[in-house]
Amino acid sequence: MHSNVLDYALTAPATLEAALHLLASEPGQHIPIAGGTELMVALGAGRLTPKSLISIQHLRELRFITVDETHIHIGSGTTFTDIRRNPDIARDLPLLIQSASWTGSIANQNRGTLGGNICNASPAADTPPALLAYNATVTLVSINGPRTLPYTDFHLGYKRTVLRSDELLHTITIPRAFTGYRQYIRKVGTRNAQAISKIALAALAQLDDNTITDIRLGAASLTDRPTRCTATERALIHQPINEATIKAARGALASETHTIDDIRSTARYRATVAGNLLEEFLRSLTV
Amino acid sequence: MTQIQLTINEKSQTLTVPPTKRLLDVLREDLALTGTKEGCGEGECGACAVLLDSGQGPELVNSCLIPALQANNTAITTIEGLAVTQSAEASDDPLIPNTYSLTTALHPIQKCFLEKGGAQCGICTPGMILATHHLLDNYPNPTMAQIQEGLAGNLCRCTGYMRIFESVQQAAKLHTQNS
Repeated sequence: MHSNVLDYALTAPATLEAALHLLASEPGQHIPIAGGTELMVALGAGRLTPKSLISIQHLRELRFITVDETHIHIGSGTTFTDIRRNPDIARDLPLLIQSASWTGSIANQNRGTLGGNICNASPAADTPPALLAYNATVTLVSINGPRTLPYTDFHLGYKRTVLRSDELLHTITIPRAFTGYRQYIRKVGTRNAQAISKIALAALAQLDDNTITDIRLGAASLTDRPTRCTATERALIHQPINEATIKAARGALASETHTIDDIRSTARYRATVAGNLLEEFLRSLTV
Repeated sequence: MTQIQLTINEKSQTLTVPPTKRLLDVLREDLALTGTKEGCGEGECGACAVLLDSGQGPELVNSCLIPALQANNTAITTIEGLAVTQSAEASDDPLIPNTYSLTTALHPIQKCFLEKGGAQCGICTPGMILATHHLLDNYPNPTMAQIQEGLAGNLCRCTGYMRIFESVQQAAKLHTQNS
């Protein structure tokens, strides 16, 4: 059942500044739309309120990838295809490349943006686990200026974020600090292209001999939002990889798992598979 | 209503349309280009795929997910444009029986889909062919894995995909020979 397109307004401000002014002048009255791979579906189904959209898809100010000595900065309007084609990201952030490659199909990767994936705030979104593991920060902008916060603080709950109605996500910044880390990502879903994940885990670890000296874990669909698994990280830091550590880590992960039954899977399946993915990663470190 | 300017199959068009009208509906209803199909209407099946160039080269997109305003000042190639633009080289090909000669000028990819049985009911075919076009632009000599990934967003309920993959392989062979 299609909604009537005449019910919806859509404008395309010429600049980022004009878009921010429009958002600020009529708070809560507009929804920003970038690649449209999520919002056009919602619009078609009549699920979109308010019925006024601001297109930011064409804004060059939001579509960039820059690299300096210490960080990679990715504009929120950067498409998954842009990410997959970037040699710096390929070298430094393989987990982001991998997760971009299984976000939708090629046609959707050509339109969908990293900022949209984050701001849509689905707990099952593909790129957030990697961004959480990579210790990303996000910079939000409004007419009052920018603010930057750790990405771990961005999601507040199911489809809820700290983004105010007058703000846009501007930049995702990731430290180039993971050379020498063991890196792992796995998505479990019906199929990679198109299928939304049942559960996914991104993991980074640094080892000294057989002991974990640094560890970062990000997960999709483990709770009501993209989740950094801090309890599991605490159970693993400074530990040698052995059967006792693996068992303790699985227990810690279960303690911070609050998953649900839905059309894609069951809570029990998700919790079990999340533990299996963690164990798979930990065992791979000993090889 | 908003006025938009687009180039469709190399022809400039100015249209007045609701800004959130789907590009798919603009093509089919306002421009009578019904080669582009609607399958799911949610960006999952690829039947509505077209090539859209915003100035950085043609990219495969699902036209059901693009509001008309976002297509403003772009150049779009639909399945109708693929055949026409190749008219010089394909006219007297003996492989194409006259009964199939709707335009007498099929694109090589279209010919391969005909030869290899890559089309059955035809609903997915325009999207498959444009996805193949985009794939071969990026990977002139694709591996089977690249073919499968390139077409993963295009669903076919008839063929079981094997004949489609064979069609793409044949098209890649032709593509490599011709370039």
